[in-house]
Amino acid sequence: MSEPAGAEQGERGTPGASYEERLRAFAGRELVPPKPGPDPVNVPMIRHWAEAMGDRNPVYLDEAAARATGRPGVVAPASMAQAWTMRGYAATVAGRGSGPGAEELAALLHEGGYTSVVATDSEFEFLRELVPGDHVSVREVVESISPEKATALGAGRFVTTVRTYTDHNGATVAVQRWRTLRFRPKDRSHKPADPGDPNTARPTSTAADAQVEPPKVLRPRPAVNRDNAFWFEAASEHRLVIQRCAGCRALRHPPGPCCPKCGSFEWDTVESSGRGRVHSFVVNHHPRHPAFAYPLVVAVVELEEDTRLITDLVGVRPEEVTIDMPVALEWLDADPGLSLPVFRPVAQEDQP
Amino acid sequence: MNPCQHPLSGAAAIAGIGATEFSKDSGRSELRLACEAVLAAVADAGLKPSDVDGMVTFTADTSSEIHIARNTGIGELTFFSRIPHGGGAACGTIQQAAMAVATGVAEVVVCYRAFNERSGERYGLGQADRPMDTGADRAAYSWMTPFGLSAPAQWVAMFARRYMHEYGATSEDFGRVAVVDRAHAAANPAAWFYQRPITLADHQASRWIAEPLRLLDCCQETDGGQALVVVSAERARDLPHPPAVVLAAAQGSGQDQHMMTSYYRPTISGIPEMGLVGRQLYGQSGLAPEDIGAAILYDHFTPLVLPQLEELGFCGRGEAKDFIAEGNLELGGRLPFNTHGGQLGEAYLHGMNGIAEAVRLVRGTSVNQPPDARNVLVTAGTGVPTSGLVLGPGE
Repeated sequence: MSEPAGAEQGERGTPGASYEERLRAFAGRELVPPKPGPDPVNVPMIRHWAEAMGDRNPVYLDEAAARATGRPGVVAPASMAQAWTMRGYAATVAGRGSGPGAEELAALLHEGGYTSVVATDSEFEFLRELVPGDHVSVREVVESISPEKATALGAGRFVTTVRTYTDHNGATVAVQRWRTLRFRPKDRSHKPADPGDPNTARPTSTAADAQVEPPKVLRPRPAVNRDNAFWFEAASEHRLVIQRCAGCRALRHPPGPCCPKCGSFEWDTVESSGRGRVHSFVVNHHPRHPAFAYPLVVAVVELEEDTRLITDLVGVRPEEVTIDMPVALEWLDADPGLSLPVFRPVAQEDQP
Repeated sequence: MNPCQHPLSGAAAIAGIGATEFSKDSGRSELRLACEAVLAAVADAGLKPSDVDGMVTFTADTSSEIHIARNTGIGELTFFSRIPHGGGAACGTIQQAAMAVATGVAEVVVCYRAFNERSGERYGLGQADRPMDTGADRAAYSWMTPFGLSAPAQWVAMFARRYMHEYGATSEDFGRVAVVDRAHAAANPAAWFYQRPITLADHQASRWIAEPLRLLDCCQETDGGQALVVVSAERARDLPHPPAVVLAAAQGSGQDQHMMTSYYRPTISGIPEMGLVGRQLYGQSGLAPEDIGAAILYDHFTPLVLPQLEELGFCGRGEAKDFIAEGNLELGGRLPFNTHGGQLGEAYLHGMNGIAEAVRLVRGTSVNQPPDARNVLVTAGTGVPTSGLVLGPGE
């Protein structure tokens, strides 16, 4: 990975390695100190929230219905936990009220060129139901900051924090693991352009394009079902697996529930060596999908294990691709929900 | 089997054909296009809508037979069926109809296909943003669309590149297919590209779509409808037009078949499902490649015309580029091809307009009628489970 774009000429003049250390030092640090929300849990806000969400569960607004479920009275929807601590529109747009740690981290990420942010996922654990009168506070602590990843949006880092929600007695009521991608918008990337890499390759863009970065869309989602989920789950862990029949040991891809050679429904997987050759390839120009950079080189790669797969070729100009070219696996984290095996040409002697 | 005794060969005939105009914006519903085409075909056969008792279309069609029957005065139906796999269905609809007629399940079967493929849902834009479910058909796209391989031109390009590598074919070899199609379309007033022929230089100058495919390797997108009426060969002889007898009708799905992406077979430079169709066509009809006077070969993209010629025995493996360069597909050649202009030149109607052209060739009414077009071979979509026909004057 190249250094963060701003590191060389940053105010502190720090080299890239120490920038990494400064980011790493944020793990465990408090971003937002415990702070009570503006209002205690109350029925009017519950009513508005339930109406806006179309949630008609009566336990939120109907005392009798709530008691019929064994509760002492109405409860707040669990997923409102965060809502009780939100600072409101005016404070948010004015940039007021986030903690000193949060402001320091934002500045450090900005220094690295990570000026854009997109929320990627949120995991909640609820310890008890909130009831009117509870007054919720939240404290936010950094759990981890990832190394720089190539994503469809641009190079960036995933920042994971843990938000602990407590009541007015200091007891924890909910815990949220919150992840955002802080990224460098592509046109401002200082990485050298790699014409074969769909993450960095962009057609010549005008100054106007650079100023108005259009919203990026994600790559098409795979339709994940019971027969193929294992493959995409392994991919999310950066493992390229091949389905293997447990009966006759034949490998097969794309996978399926039944072995065409022996009829067995039993199977396991083997992990591919990640080495292969280009069996055929195309260079896509039209139609264009906004998740990809064009021209886009898509190949059928034949793995050492003799199965083939459709994949992208990276690190090579379209006119340099040849059939039977040796290639090796690497991973593309297209976005937080999609990791894909892609292949890069390697020298002939790198092949066994 | 003695071909004379094959129960399907010679049992049925296409007695009527009818189509709408072929356009880029019909301004009408797909159902209305289907109704217009069906009524035109029934009238062409000299029959009434109430004579129809069977209907066949594609699973891809948006208008079920009940809507057409209800709207056009077709009454009771004793047979209705649909064929899957896009353009691969075309000749399969006629096979279904012929089998129904041969077994007495129905007497007058209409096969139809109508869509607003240009002004409505355009297949060429690909599958990337189609709604998802988790059924096996949809899940099959999981191996392609996340990598940016989502449109038919791209799927075909993968086969084409490998074919070029194995047999030394070039972009110009593909271009010659387009030039023949457009030359024939130029003389066909019903064709979108009427009076607009192209040269090989035009082809070579056209922009890349999915290398090695250029724009002029790709068929157009069309709004329109086409219908055909199938009756018994015996009844057809009493109807106004000379019958186009179904001498053979076959479907084929190959080993390790995928939808447009059968990239996992030992070799991907052939189209084994078309070979399977061809063997059945010759077996049923008792004919050989040299008995075929003209061919309507599916041409959604030019490169797959070449392995079709090889799979169907018109030339050897890898020899199609020479067969084409020698002029064999032109009107004076050994195998006049796509005399209507093909889907590149006339219209993209999922192959159904090509079957109608084969009927005209048998009737002797094509605008590009070759001197001897007895026994016309027709194919359906390539890269998919497919189908084929041999039509001729019969006895």
